[in-house]
Amino acid sequence: MTNGWIDIKNTDMMLIIGGNPAENHPCGFKWPIEAKRQRNAKMIVVDPRFTRTAATADLFVQIRAGADIAFLGGMIRYAVENNRVAKDYLIHYTNAAFVVQEGFKLPEDGLFSGFDAAKGTYDRSSWSYEGVDRPGGLAYDLALENPRSVYQLLKQQYSRYTPEMVERITGIPKEQFLKAADLFTSIRKDGDMKKVATILYAVGFTHHSSATQTIRTAAILQLLLGNVGRAGGGVNALRGHSNIQGATDMAGVFDILPGYLKMPNPADTDFKAYLERITPKVAKPGPWESYNYWSNTNKFAVSLLKAMYGDAAKKENDWAFHYLPKIDRNYSWTEIWDGMYAGHVKGLLAFGMNGVAIGPNAQKNINALKKADWLVVCEIYPDETSEFWKSPGITTEEMKQINTTVYRLPGAGFAEKDGTFVNSARWLQWKSAALPLPGMAKLDQEILARIFLKVRELYKKEGGKFPDPVLNASWSYTDPHNPSLSEIAREINGRALADVTDPKLNQTIKAGQQLPGFAWLRDDGSTMSGNWLYCGSWTEAGAMMQRRGTEDPSGLGIYPNWGWSWPSNRRVLYNRASCDPAGVPWDPDRKQIWWNEAQQKWVGPDVPDFKADSPPKDHMGPFIMNYEGVGRLFVPLAGLADGPFPEHYEPAESPVANPLHPGQSTNPIAKKFHSDMDKLGTVAEGYNIVCTTYRLTEHYHYWTKNNPMNVQLMPEPFVELPAELADDLGLRGGEHIKVTSARGHYIAKAMVTRRIKPMTIDGKKVYQIGIPIHWGYRGIAEDEGKTALTPANMLSPAVTDPNAYTPEFKGFLVKVEKV
Amino acid sequence: MSSGNLRVQKISGHAGPVAGEGTQRQEQVCKLIDTTTCIGCKACEVACMEWNDLPFGETVFDNTYQTMPETRWNYWNLIKFNEHPREDGSMQWLMRKDQCMHCADPGCLAACPADNAIVQYQNGIVDFQQEYCIGCQYCVTGCPFNIPKFNPQTKKMFKCTLCTDRVSQGLEPACIKACPTGCLHFGTKDDMKELAGARAQQLREHSGYANAGVYDPVGVGGTSVIYVLHDITNPEAYGGLPSDPRVPWAVRIWKQPLKWLGNLAMIGGLIGVTMHYLRFGPKKVKDDE
Repeated sequence: MTNGWIDIKNTDMMLIIGGNPAENHPCGFKWPIEAKRQRNAKMIVVDPRFTRTAATADLFVQIRAGADIAFLGGMIRYAVENNRVAKDYLIHYTNAAFVVQEGFKLPEDGLFSGFDAAKGTYDRSSWSYEGVDRPGGLAYDLALENPRSVYQLLKQQYSRYTPEMVERITGIPKEQFLKAADLFTSIRKDGDMKKVATILYAVGFTHHSSATQTIRTAAILQLLLGNVGRAGGGVNALRGHSNIQGATDMAGVFDILPGYLKMPNPADTDFKAYLERITPKVAKPGPWESYNYWSNTNKFAVSLLKAMYGDAAKKENDWAFHYLPKIDRNYSWTEIWDGMYAGHVKGLLAFGMNGVAIGPNAQKNINALKKADWLVVCEIYPDETSEFWKSPGITTEEMKQINTTVYRLPGAGFAEKDGTFVNSARWLQWKSAALPLPGMAKLDQEILARIFLKVRELYKKEGGKFPDPVLNASWSYTDPHNPSLSEIAREINGRALADVTDPKLNQTIKAGQQLPGFAWLRDDGSTMSGNWLYCGSWTEAGAMMQRRGTEDPSGLGIYPNWGWSWPSNRRVLYNRASCDPAGVPWDPDRKQIWWNEAQQKWVGPDVPDFKADSPPKDHMGPFIMNYEGVGRLFVPLAGLADGPFPEHYEPAESPVANPLHPGQSTNPIAKKFHSDMDKLGTVAEGYNIVCTTYRLTEHYHYWTKNNPMNVQLMPEPFVELPAELADDLGLRGGEHIKVTSARGHYIAKAMVTRRIKPMTIDGKKVYQIGIPIHWGYRGIAEDEGKTALTPANMLSPAVTDPNAYTPEFKGFLVKVEKV
Repeated sequence: MSSGNLRVQKISGHAGPVAGEGTQRQEQVCKLIDTTTCIGCKACEVACMEWNDLPFGETVFDNTYQTMPETRWNYWNLIKFNEHPREDGSMQWLMRKDQCMHCADPGCLAACPADNAIVQYQNGIVDFQQEYCIGCQYCVTGCPFNIPKFNPQTKKMFKCTLCTDRVSQGLEPACIKACPTGCLHFGTKDDMKELAGARAQQLREHSGYANAGVYDPVGVGGTSVIYVLHDITNPEAYGGLPSDPRVPWAVRIWKQPLKWLGNLAMIGGLIGVTMHYLRFGPKKVKDDE
């Protein structure tokens, strides 16, 4: 989230799209309700199904799964056409005025300039600003009239997203779309800046082959309306699991290191080359300032290496940079399973992750595990992964052929562990263990520590190809076999390794002391920090993440003394943009920060996300993590793999050819796999129904099917389908329906509803159905033989977004029949 | 159920006077359910089960998100889900938390023949005292909301207690505590009526629900559980909420005139027997019989 859960109460307008917070974030949903109750805020819900979120909405719009970019693109066009844009914000805080170099081409035929058909990738050199190497800085036009200005290109790009086109692609009738567009952009009527709108999204955005671009479209719309950085505004990712934000921050993804530092690749021959590649250089119009906070990358990286390798990381050996693995290709989730299916990946450690059930194309994952040498599952229940060898349809003969050795480790449940959760609002909040460990269960860190120490022992004894990173890893915990999480949290915050002095503050942090914030990080080895973003979370003053102060002097829900949010306890990111260029809040009733002329600094109830002493007259951009200093309507160069502007592409399996450019229907660089199990279906083969998968309030992932309380609330798997489709099939609610995709089938009871209506997509009648994912072949009802046993992901395809590599769990094609 | 420091107002099937009967209720408690902000998350259902230690029961998929068709003897709090088409072609998905309404004029209590089995406290809570319940199920007849449920094993009746045990200790009912959106409120009846009225007004003026209103049916003397509804003219759409609930006339007649008629008949019979005895003396058995 750019903002936070509580901050939603400050909004005037909510667009909830690609998310179902009432069902999947019921506790957080109190804040949208609060905005409705306290501010008469309006709520627009856009979803393929009429959900429990829609039940509280002022306006519900049913959309075809996979068509969000078309809807949001239409909104952008509507805002521009009707002068509902934040003009000053646009000119000063975004790259609207920047000029794009000649040679860049918009995707009127479905392809941006630079497409390499043979490689299936883009040469992105033409996606750049004019004047990058010019001494006077980037070219710009404050009148926004230059035909190559970002604003004019944006206008041109979305001029094709007319209400008629939106209707053809999304299935939303034109009048209804116009109603939604009018309502949402009404906060910026005649350019008045007082009101604020927010966009809330979740995995309904991300489970698509154009996922990142969908989020981008929302960001563009919010920048256009001047809603980013402001209380009650922003682009807000509602994270699905209690600690998924923390998992990302701490690099639970293959291509980043903690704190979103990029992973080295083989071209980074030394630390200097690595830093050169990953540290952005300022590019801006001459008279403007850009903080370019990532210019501190060297300090973050050295401090991380010091945390990882301790004394073994020295200036002389490039801070042990050569210890870090270099990624030579994509190692994302679907690649791992594809590699195992192909026989390259020999073993898997599934730690709190039910790989078979959560991944797309589940049968491929089951078959992949059959080929592995070993599988370690650390869980609190037996699950579909640990018992892949008795998945539905497998015969005793086939079972005998499986040679995978399966180890099960006794994990601990969330209530049995202490530590932090980092929520969607980026808040680190400490929790205590509520229960003792049951039976033989062990804490995660003990299991991992014991594995690590055993591996290290083996390296010590037997040597190996490259033992140094393992032998020299910093592991100086009080109990090396079971480090306490508070000790690790302090390590992640970081401390001074030698006395560190800030001459400007006239302050010294003594060697061994916890660092108060990432501004203290150094690139000379005198500091260490496991994640620069978390620096400040556990200081000499104590555990900031354990604070429970309930004061909120501003009334904006900032609660500065509750927990701790990265970065630097800032509650709303980019909050400089909550003020006009002169440093005065756009809305005097929602003052987050402002420029104090007397003190010559930014002050206010929130921590300024800005250079604290940079006066407005210097025109420093509020988006300090972008090297231009401004928000990006146009993403230059390497930012994104599939285009500097979002373009609507059809899902990999689609009921229609893309009405914008039938010749280039799908995302040209979405990642597809080509094994014998990676089939895609077409309408011609009878796969003519759009299927989306989702989650229910009553269950948590594949877990609560083991808990009687949850089973009682929602006892069985089901398939939601429109009443009209049920009539066509002669099917009544409660009868069994078989759903088949090109990859597998799924049988469950039918939930016949009027909450999903048939749609007209590009003139064609299209049905959508929905499948909640929570069931499989292990659980209370499953074990009693009461339910069908196939996981829902038997159906979904392993086609992924080219930027974030998330699979297309939503909006694939199926056919249905009565059983 | 534990009555804590609550004071009794009415008792079922009780002949003599009741301490406090007829007194002004200073602190009538009330639960407010704003159906317009209910998200059907069922946290209240779970909290009810957990606080009251209710055993799990089996449920079956029934073409709905609703946990079960109606409340059970061991499931006192149930959100009813209703798909409701509107005239303009759009639809509503109405969610209403169903439980005992704690009527000011409780039909269950009126119908109950067992002394002390149903009590009404001065704060308005109507509670079943299972140790006195005779399992006759007359309360079912008396209730216009279909709430009391029979446990065939123990032959006792059960329903929501409005968490008397919590309320008597100054706590809110468990369902209120669990509600994540704040669609549930708890306080004095006056406060809740004011809050409900303001919310209904907001819905009428700002959300386009011209018929929004507060459900506090007069037919049962008002209730200690009140609803804010999007459309007060159509409570039936919320899973069969009666638009004008009343204590059934049979219960009224039975417990009022009929009861006295019956009592009169019985007293008359006794008088007749006594008179007969005085007049003719005891019946003599003849020796040859």
